[in-house]
Amino acid sequence: MAFLEISGVKKHFGPHPVLAGLNLNVDEHQVVCLIGPSGCGKSTLLRCINGLEEIDGGEIRVHGDRITGPGVNVDALRRDIGIVFQSFNLFPHMTILENVVLAPVRVLGQSRLEAQDRAMALLKRIGLEHKAKEYPDRLSGGQQQRAAIIRALSMDPQVLLLDEITSALDPELVSEVLNIVRDLAADGMTMLLATHEMGFAREVASKICFLCDGVVHEEGPPQEILGDPKKERTRGFLRRIIEAKRL
Amino acid sequence: MTTSGDKTHPSAIGASGDVALHGAVALTRTFHAGTPPRNPLPLGLVALLVTGLVVVASWATLYEVGMALEAVQAATPLAEAVLAALGLSAVALMVPAARAVRLARAAITAQAVNDLIQARVKGAESRNSSLVAMGFAGALVVVLLTVLLFVVNNLAVSRVFFYIPLISSSFWLMVKAFWINIYIFMVAEILVLIWGLVIAIARMAPGSAGRPVRMLATFYVDIFRSLPGIITIYLIGFGLPLTHLPVLKDLSQESLAIIALTLTNGAYTAEIYRAGIESIHWSQTAAARSLGLSYMQTLRYVVVPQGVRNIIPPMLNSFISLQKDTALVNVIGTIDAFNQSIIVASNNFNLSPVTTVALLFIAITIPQTRLVDRMIARDRRRMRIGGS
Repeated sequence: MAFLEISGVKKHFGPHPVLAGLNLNVDEHQVVCLIGPSGCGKSTLLRCINGLEEIDGGEIRVHGDRITGPGVNVDALRRDIGIVFQSFNLFPHMTILENVVLAPVRVLGQSRLEAQDRAMALLKRIGLEHKAKEYPDRLSGGQQQRAAIIRALSMDPQVLLLDEITSALDPELVSEVLNIVRDLAADGMTMLLATHEMGFAREVASKICFLCDGVVHEEGPPQEILGDPKKERTRGFLRRIIEAKRL
Repeated sequence: MTTSGDKTHPSAIGASGDVALHGAVALTRTFHAGTPPRNPLPLGLVALLVTGLVVVASWATLYEVGMALEAVQAATPLAEAVLAALGLSAVALMVPAARAVRLARAAITAQAVNDLIQARVKGAESRNSSLVAMGFAGALVVVLLTVLLFVVNNLAVSRVFFYIPLISSSFWLMVKAFWINIYIFMVAEILVLIWGLVIAIARMAPGSAGRPVRMLATFYVDIFRSLPGIITIYLIGFGLPLTHLPVLKDLSQESLAIIALTLTNGAYTAEIYRAGIESIHWSQTAAARSLGLSYMQTLRYVVVPQGVRNIIPPMLNSFISLQKDTALVNVIGTIDAFNQSIIVASNNFNLSPVTTVALLFIAITIPQTRLVDRMIARDRRRMRIGGS
């Protein structure tokens, strides 16, 4: 039994189907990269796993426990499934430290001191402890995204969903964010990431899934999907990536 | 040259027959900056004439003011010195006009030796000076007319609205009654801030379970926004004591006024809150919910604190209007400043006490409007910089 089982998930916005019966399994400590053209459903899939979108069909299970459908405590679910967004979404009216401790204090009921100690330790680990008292708009995009990752980690999630976390960053800031993801992968964090960074996907992924028309069109180990894909549409997608000098 | 405007650029059609991306619509353009400037002298002369007339008019007005002062035995040497100084400074109005004429002549001289650039520069400066002179003259005319209004007909207007002896004898009575307005305003404002937020959150109650709550809140807002405040005050102020309901019938007039103002103003404030809360992008809610915060926690810690920041200027505006609405409580007989001033005014057949109250309202309102202006300007600046 896989850690995260996604079976036959359907989701449509109006008449337009975004996910059309998608199946995907993620094992514990696996890093799964979702690639594919924009609009193929990568972000929607991640939002459905986190309960930010309700699915219209199929089911998602974590540890064999069904997390979709009525009666699921989504607040409890989200404590275990962290998500980091493309646009960081830090709370602009709070300092970095307040951003990080908000959920541990209000949701997990940790004492403020305890939460702050842990937050400072995490921020120090990524070299942002000197920014703890600053507001998000005083930080660079890369620093904001690193802080957003720390905010998600402050809840000690069992799985982390990363939604194109480097797409809104200037090129020279991408590596500082990817380094954290690399460290997390080395520490054994289970991660599901939608990304356009093919080189990075090749390096950290245990499995790459090519999404197309709302289903997993082709999946396999990185060298196979990025080196020698079997299906025509995967090849076409990679050809355009290579034309744009992104691989 | 306009004649060559329809000629296409030779490279507009590429070798392959495709339209080139650059130079596809090629016009030969020339820049015309060399036409001789218009003669600025007539405008300068007009400015000189206008300002001269206005200076004479201000002397005449000051003379009238001097006569009026004499009539009320207020023509002290100091007052006369002030009038004389004003008369002299009025001449300053002609300085820019004279400068305009001087510059216009310099422009004509430059044009005569064919120095086009110099002629253009001097001409533009001259025209600008003329316009400055006439702008000030126009504003001064309005001021003079206002002053005249106060002194004509043996100071009739001044006596009706600004009768100094009555103003000074009733001043403290008005100030004391004004405390009632301030008390009503302060309590009502605190209640409005709380009540408005409750209504705003009710109007946004989620899901189909929240539907009846939403409808009720919307109904309330619709009703109280369309009712004139004065009618609400009248109905509640006179109506509740007549109901003989326990507690409600024993409330003081001030408390009834506070209830009425809270109900009216709360409807507006709820809408301001709602606008502020809705201005927060959905991604903030998504981020908060994704961390496991509940709906109410998300409102409490993430959405409302940010929304409130965005609505401080409109909220202060609504404070100011509530402050002024406290004068409406006179319809139920509360002795606030306005009602007190009406009593004194009718005893003395003179409106000056009401003017005192008007000035008190102005005195507390203007600083607040300036504060709002400054906050709006600061917000704009911050957004231009690209802050949060």
